[in-house]
Amino acid sequence: MIDLNRNTQPEIKLVSKINLHQPEVVHLQNEIPVYLINTGTQDLVKIEFIFNAGNRYEKEVLVSRFSNKMLKEGTKNFSSNEIAEKIDYYGAHLQCSSEKDNAYVTLYCLNKHLEKILPVIEEVIFKPVFPEKELQILKQNQKQEFIVNSEKVKYVASWNFNELLFGKDHPYGRLITGEDFENVDLPKLVNFHKETYRVDKCKIIIAGKIPNNLVELLNKHIGIYGSSNYNMNTGEFSIKSEQEQNKHIKRDNAIQSAVRIGKILFNKKHPDFMKLKVLNTILGGYFGSRLMTNIREEKGYTYGIGSVLISLQQSGYFFITSEVGADVTQNAIDEIYKEISKLQENRIPETELNLVKNYMLGSFLRSIDGPFALSESLRGLIEYDLHNNFYENFINIIQNISTEELRSLACKYFDKDSLYELRVGR
Amino acid sequence: MIDFDKFELDNGLKVIVHKDTSTPIVAVNILYDVGARDEDPAKTGFAHLFEHLMFGGSVNIPKYDVPLEKAGGENNAFTNNDITNYYLTIPKQNLELAFWLESDRMLDLAFSDRSLEVQRNVVIEEFKQSYLNQPYGDVWLLLKPLAYKVHPYQWSTIGKEISHIENARMQDVKDFYNKYYNPGNAIMTIAGDIKMKDIEMLANKWFAPVNSSKTPARNLPMEPIQKEERKLEVKRNVPFDAIYKAYHMCARTDKDYYATDLLSDILSNGNSSRLFNRLIKEKRLFSELHAYISGDIDNGLFIIDGKLVKGKKMEEAENAINKEIEIITKQTVENDELQKVKNKIESSLEFSEMNVLDKAMNLSYSELLGDAGLINHEKLKYQAVTEKQLLRSAQEVFRQDNCSTLYYYAI
Repeated sequence: MIDLNRNTQPEIKLVSKINLHQPEVVHLQNEIPVYLINTGTQDLVKIEFIFNAGNRYEKEVLVSRFSNKMLKEGTKNFSSNEIAEKIDYYGAHLQCSSEKDNAYVTLYCLNKHLEKILPVIEEVIFKPVFPEKELQILKQNQKQEFIVNSEKVKYVASWNFNELLFGKDHPYGRLITGEDFENVDLPKLVNFHKETYRVDKCKIIIAGKIPNNLVELLNKHIGIYGSSNYNMNTGEFSIKSEQEQNKHIKRDNAIQSAVRIGKILFNKKHPDFMKLKVLNTILGGYFGSRLMTNIREEKGYTYGIGSVLISLQQSGYFFITSEVGADVTQNAIDEIYKEISKLQENRIPETELNLVKNYMLGSFLRSIDGPFALSESLRGLIEYDLHNNFYENFINIIQNISTEELRSLACKYFDKDSLYELRVGR
Repeated sequence: MIDFDKFELDNGLKVIVHKDTSTPIVAVNILYDVGARDEDPAKTGFAHLFEHLMFGGSVNIPKYDVPLEKAGGENNAFTNNDITNYYLTIPKQNLELAFWLESDRMLDLAFSDRSLEVQRNVVIEEFKQSYLNQPYGDVWLLLKPLAYKVHPYQWSTIGKEISHIENARMQDVKDFYNKYYNPGNAIMTIAGDIKMKDIEMLANKWFAPVNSSKTPARNLPMEPIQKEERKLEVKRNVPFDAIYKAYHMCARTDKDYYATDLLSDILSNGNSSRLFNRLIKEKRLFSELHAYISGDIDNGLFIIDGKLVKGKKMEEAENAINKEIEIITKQTVENDELQKVKNKIESSLEFSEMNVLDKAMNLSYSELLGDAGLINHEKLKYQAVTEKQLLRSAQEVFRQDNCSTLYYYAI
């Protein structure tokens, strides 16, 4: 046998070319754009309906969430039970979710059952009736879930941090209280649904092994609905961040504190956003990041720490998040600021930057691997009316960004005086 | 249907190869046949602590993650009662790097006191984050020792208590490694756009030189049949009362496993399931309620747990669960209802074959259960379950004296 030298690492070949699949776009007869990602190997699809129906468009908290969750709780022709029975019988999965900007209705289904399931989806999207009895149950159970989550430092930190950044009146920052659940009622949901689940604001993404007749089926069930002419909330609000930049929410029984440090930035259309993605990865965006290495792997203060850059339609923000032992909370916070200063004071070593560049390219490859991952990545473009060249440009940025450019980004955007700090714990 | 090839090296390492040309990513999964059930009762939490130490550097590679990240790869691992499973994905042109990394840490670890000390702290913080600093977080620490008196499933993967982790010594760690981290105790699956002959070459090059020492045969005590109902009441600072009922059930490879799994689906998989419909929606006793099986390799648990709606009484809630249990043990399930849960299983199996990592994990696990090919028979085994088998399994599992109940009261 040949002598094996284990000290020498096998040669690494960089990811140089990435083939980004271009989805086919067709339009239903009512002009809804449908993006087709037909790259699957299994006879199944994911169909995602996107509406401008997130928190941004609601006048009061919870209206977006409840109108979305109530879609499958009763329609003109099907009761809540009948919908559940049909979805389950055909082994489908129907997920309704609403976020800060948009709301989603997502169907996962074997191709052979699509004809049976699409009539249900049609009703769920266009003919929900929001039955009072089902609403009462959902309100009660969602409220209980909210109360349980209010006991978790992680949730309390996440909610309150958004309020600090965006202000108490901004839909990205508004806090929910237990009483808010009582105020949700039928007229509000009916109105919100009319205003926001509308053909002229809908986009559809289909991923999987798409059967030939699927677009025809969608035309039959979705394409027949016309545009509505209800006035829609513009969803534009001004941001009024809180005055106090440091906040401590006391939880005397907590044996770990949740910590968040960050600030408002901008969304992915800003020219610096993707560059900051690289800086953010170095700071706290992967297992070998500076924060993980220092605060978990060297100090053992936490099970995990990370930093995130979030893009929203009307804004964007950056934050560092962790749950750390109560007795080492201040130490951990000090170390976080030290890591930020290091990025501002010293250039990142080339070897570290090269590692991060390669990691990010591999990571990008994973994010477009398989029809479902690809559909999520493409959704990130479609929702912002961006095109594939956005990711091509991103790859360019990763490959070419310099250590000096990163240092100046750290100075420009991570200035300590501009950061908000929240801790929830002792 | 997942096609695969399989071979074994002289040192006992089993290698499974699955070809999927639709992706530029290759998944490598290495399952070590060691879990929390193999731990010394006085040194629990070890399998999991050890998983953390596997990233602390091996004999020729100071940091596992650095070269992998440099090659555009990503990895993680998990530990449960039965296994410790390490997995990574990497762009296919760098596959050899994965062989280099994984064979080196199978060869020998470079244990440092520092790495042990830090990972002890990290795991203690994990213990706090997941089990102590969460409402209802200690449920498993209470329920498992109630249900198991003899078998090591009585402790959680994280360990019985923090002190077991604090007391972990270097010699314990080394002994554990020498005992369990052998090629003959591992199953490696590679899935992606790869060729069998390349994998054979790479496996021979990197793994064949790893010496095999023998992992002793597992000889765990059988949990005796439970003959009387067990109950435990606790009061905690949580917002709502909750109930947890655990029934002993068969092992993963038992022929009744499939029927028992379908029972849990009938009770609580989906919004049309019995518990959801009747106890959450009709009677409004619970804000959430779940029935599921632990899926352990040895005799496992069938669990029903729920949080009560504020103001509802524990007794009423438990009676309602018992009523549903009674129905399922006395009345044959209707054909449509059985067909429904079978359709759901078919669909979830199909969705589980979407990416190379899932397939690689499932192949390794099936091989551990006896044969990687089992993965392709799962659907048929579920399809074959009859109404009669369901009834018999229900009667077998849902005996009152087979049940351990944890009453978790809000103060």
